[in-house]
Amino acid sequence: MTADHPRPPPRRRFPAFGRNELTGLFWQVLVVGIVVGVVAFLWSNTVTNLSARRITTGFAFLGREAGMPISDSLLAYNPRDSYLWAFIVGIANTLRVAVIGIVLATILGTLIGISRLSANWLLSRLAAVYVEALRDIPLLLQLLFWYVLMQALPAARAAFRPVEGVFLSNRGLILPAIPLGPPQLWVLGTAVLGLTAFVLIRRWLIAQQMRDGKPRPAWPFAVGLVLALPAAMSVALGVSWTIEWPALRGFNFVGGLTLAPEYFALLIALVTYTSAFIAEIVRSGIQSVPRGQWDAANALGLRRSLMLRQIILPQALRVIVPPMTSQYLNLTKNSSLAVAIGYQDVVSIANTTLNQTGQAIEAIALIMAVFLTISLGISFFMNWYNSRIALVER
Amino acid sequence: MTAITDIPDAPRAARRPQIGNPVLRWLRTNLFSSIPNGILSVALLAVLSKGIFSFVQWGVANAVWLTPANNSSACKAVRGVGACWAIIPEKYRFILFGTYPFDEQWRPALSVVLFIALFYLSTRRAFWRRELVYLWIGTLALISVLMWGGVLGLSFVSQDRWGGLPVTLILATFGLACGFPLGILVALGRRSKLPAVRSLSVLYVELIRGVPLVSLLFMASVMFPLFMPSGFNIDKLLRAQIAIILFAGAYLAEIIRGGLQAVPSGQYEAADALGLSYWRKHRLIVLPQAIRHVIPPLVNTFIAFFKDTSLVLIIGIFDLLTTAKTAIIDPAWQQFSVEVYIFVAAIYFVFCFAMSRYSRSLEATSGR
Repeated sequence: MTADHPRPPPRRRFPAFGRNELTGLFWQVLVVGIVVGVVAFLWSNTVTNLSARRITTGFAFLGREAGMPISDSLLAYNPRDSYLWAFIVGIANTLRVAVIGIVLATILGTLIGISRLSANWLLSRLAAVYVEALRDIPLLLQLLFWYVLMQALPAARAAFRPVEGVFLSNRGLILPAIPLGPPQLWVLGTAVLGLTAFVLIRRWLIAQQMRDGKPRPAWPFAVGLVLALPAAMSVALGVSWTIEWPALRGFNFVGGLTLAPEYFALLIALVTYTSAFIAEIVRSGIQSVPRGQWDAANALGLRRSLMLRQIILPQALRVIVPPMTSQYLNLTKNSSLAVAIGYQDVVSIANTTLNQTGQAIEAIALIMAVFLTISLGISFFMNWYNSRIALVER
Repeated sequence: MTAITDIPDAPRAARRPQIGNPVLRWLRTNLFSSIPNGILSVALLAVLSKGIFSFVQWGVANAVWLTPANNSSACKAVRGVGACWAIIPEKYRFILFGTYPFDEQWRPALSVVLFIALFYLSTRRAFWRRELVYLWIGTLALISVLMWGGVLGLSFVSQDRWGGLPVTLILATFGLACGFPLGILVALGRRSKLPAVRSLSVLYVELIRGVPLVSLLFMASVMFPLFMPSGFNIDKLLRAQIAIILFAGAYLAEIIRGGLQAVPSGQYEAADALGLSYWRKHRLIVLPQAIRHVIPPLVNTFIAFFKDTSLVLIIGIFDLLTTAKTAIIDPAWQQFSVEVYIFVAAIYFVFCFAMSRYSRSLEATSGR
């Protein structure tokens, strides 16, 4: 980068006493002074501008009636609800696309990453083309493209029916669903509790086995807690699990689960785009496991499944998990592109609020607070997972 | 999971005796090494050929390539069965250069050429020296003169008439050029021993990286006028540019910090032993090594910025994607958005693919 050679500069010797501390203090005072000065300048401008426009700062507007329509929401909403509730509905919409997107992108990305390593030339080439094409085109362009395709789909009457009970039309994707009311949720909640209890019991059993070497089977607990207990509860409460099939009535569909075109386009765009990055992470993770590990596992005579589960995957995951965290964060942040196609996530709702009330600072502060919280949540979970699988050096 | 189990087998398959027709042998190793593999290959071939066939039918065989000016009736006749590429010759000047005065469009075109030349020269190892900085400053100044005009007999063109590819390139390149020094300062700040400087740097990086770029752009377009004294107003493009620079600075700082961590501590100690001051130590010893370490991730970040500039569509700035989206508002051509999106996607792809190839070649030769 530089052509000249470093030459020690001739310099006067100051007394050593406190010199480093003094320069350090000088720089800190300077930097903090500049930052405080700039912030104070901006703040005073803002206060003057806001009072000139008769906007009162503060979050009091959250209690007022929102009046904006939200067409597609997970939570019950009507325009007479408050801005606060509109925001919460927006957060739920963001989480709905982010959580499902993360799960689907991980599955698709892992499959494509593995395909890239396949011995089948055609499969690995196809996976490479997929990764290269999707990574090198802006996500927003892909999103608009998917949305245009969604709108070009036939009307409800002429909907595509790839599988019985599934309809794809310009109204979105309609799937058969099991309606979940409170009784069903109670049963599912029991199953989750049972699973948690099983994990704890299994950990305790393994600890016992470590102590005396006697194997203790864990599967009876699994069957009992995760399957039998919720099943018994379901029978006792008389909960019904009938599948609701969507049907065409007039110009629209009745029943089933509807994914609106905006949501569906956003989900497809986020999942395909992020899966291309995840595929590369998975590929490099698997390639990072030295061949000697495969050979050693083979030499031990391990079964394929055991070899993958116990030898290869734990080592690959150490390389995979940290970059995966940042992909999950990216997917969540990218879900804010929803505003471009009119899916009402938290950014889109904050933007409408901002236009209706003029509360720019508060609306943007809320967006930042929401995303910082989600980011911290994902980082926290992934760091916990990472520390669990990290190499324990003995 | 069957695919994973193929990995250790691959070299064994390659070590089979080399007999017979080389084409058959290649097919056998790469497509039909086992029965499941063979079935997979046949299925993939079937799907692929069907896909390619229908794309060729839509995009080539049934496509309309040219129509009389401003007349889309030929396209409407093949709607659904054939592509309407005629929209590209009809609209390409608007998509590439937006509402820039038609007779002056050689100026943005020349700017694009200058940008590409600048990128090309920056990738040559022979140019990796101090003069490159002057080359960047000179070229960017020349591009500003070309775009704005007002001197040397060029007519003045105000910023709100700029559009298309030059705007995308300006946002990405100026974002990198100004974000880079900012990133270096913040990276040094984050590794500094001074607690106030360090915590301010951490706060800046984490705040910017924690929120989506969309919200920063909203902030630039809505809140910036609130921050400034009344009567003082700057252009929308410049506001978006500032948001992108701040965004770029935070991401570049993290990459440069990685490079700083990779410089062995012996280098720092040696510089201290020579009696170099803090700034000379970093300018002469540490940063040159740190930046060399992180050139491949820097290129990757630049690819990401280049793609992310398309987000300015949301605040209504006429970059390449926005001009494309605007071009298809025209009622006569409204139904042919897919063709326009494919055209624009191809432009983005060419730029990003070239850069990612370059980054990969750097990774392959790094350490030499």
